[in-house]
Amino acid sequence: MFGWLFDPAHWSGTTGIPVRLLEHLGYTLLTLLIAALIAIPLGAFVGHTGKGGFVIVGLSNALRALPTTAVLILVVLWAGLGDFPVYVALVLLAIPPIMAGTYAGVRAVDPVTVDAARGVGMRESGVLLQVEIPNALPLIYGGFRGAALQVVATATIAAYTGAGGLGRLVFDGLALQDFGQMLAGAVLVALLAVLVDLGFAGLQRLTVSPGLRPVGTGGKR
Amino acid sequence: MTWIFENWERFWEVTAVHLRLSVVPVLIGFVLAVPLGWWASRSQTARAVLFPFANVLFTIPSIALIVITPVLIGVKILDEINVIVPLTVYTVALMIRSVADALSAVPGNVIAAANAMGYRPLRRFLTVDFPLALPVTIAGLRVATVSNISMVSVGALVGLGGYGQLFTEGYQTDYTGKVLAGLIGTVVLAVLADGLLLLIGRLLTPWARAGR
Repeated sequence: MFGWLFDPAHWSGTTGIPVRLLEHLGYTLLTLLIAALIAIPLGAFVGHTGKGGFVIVGLSNALRALPTTAVLILVVLWAGLGDFPVYVALVLLAIPPIMAGTYAGVRAVDPVTVDAARGVGMRESGVLLQVEIPNALPLIYGGFRGAALQVVATATIAAYTGAGGLGRLVFDGLALQDFGQMLAGAVLVALLAVLVDLGFAGLQRLTVSPGLRPVGTGGKR
Repeated sequence: MTWIFENWERFWEVTAVHLRLSVVPVLIGFVLAVPLGWWASRSQTARAVLFPFANVLFTIPSIALIVITPVLIGVKILDEINVIVPLTVYTVALMIRSVADALSAVPGNVIAAANAMGYRPLRRFLTVDFPLALPVTIAGLRVATVSNISMVSVGALVGLGGYGQLFTEGYQTDYTGKVLAGLIGTVVLAVLADGLLLLIGRLLTPWARAGR
């Protein structure tokens, strides 16, 4: 069953497993970076001002219902094949959990703490950047790691429109009726997801204040 | 949108398949997740085994699970069971945590009071613990339902039914309208199902709104 996965011939060359792994990781990391740059400022701003929370929650839920396959195909039909449609589809997938986590995290900061920050004379930007966001980090990481798991798993679908990544093994295996290759793709994606999550768990430990650790959510959904 | 009106019958047919493929796993998954979640809420060992296992299940991409399932259970690749089994697995993986968290959050004094009034374990679970755990459980059910409705489409990549068929056909024939029709159908179905569950949750837990 695992013969394909452990065949040395499949571990070298431009279409070998290491290349596919790196492509998959590349899609995942760049997607998460773009999504975080969009979703964290939006979620933090709305969480800080308290205005538009309804819009954020509604938008997150609506985006969550969006089938990634359809977004991918639509962007391919409009803009042509390539990596661009993959990123559009995956970023749209990653934004809701990160935005919702950031919004919930900032909203959940103890108002007494926020008042104290204002009381000692912090500007609003300082309150947000030095008090609210650091305190919200466990929930932000929760949303971010949830998004990371989804992106790793869903980046597989990118191969349907000819892109790279571990999805190639699944779709090429499907076309060739090669079960071993499909299974190898599935196992590697699951493994990569676990590794990526471990990586972000380590990052979380390094960057979240030790005082916040007991309330950390772990982020797995 | 015009595609939907011009192909009304086909659209309904696909909608029915999509609804069946997404609702059946939610129902089966829910029935399986309640006892497992209950077990996880009572036993540290069960938590330590079930939660990491559920997390790993969740990382397996749906397309991979859909293509592996027929080989594992020995059916043809074009059998609807190949979508129903993976989506049931995801639902259980997601709901175990919701149910366990919800049951763990039932206040200890309420349980003590029910015990003192002479409730036996099963009756206490059905009439005290479970109803109090409903809001969080239904929140989990809403997430599972919406993500299932969105994930059924993946089955079409291997030739199974539902709105996903409109995606693949639209892709192969370069017909954007067909893809959009499936996309609109999916989102509308998800919003409707989500609203319905929200409503059911409100009707089942009238005490949650008391005193507001």
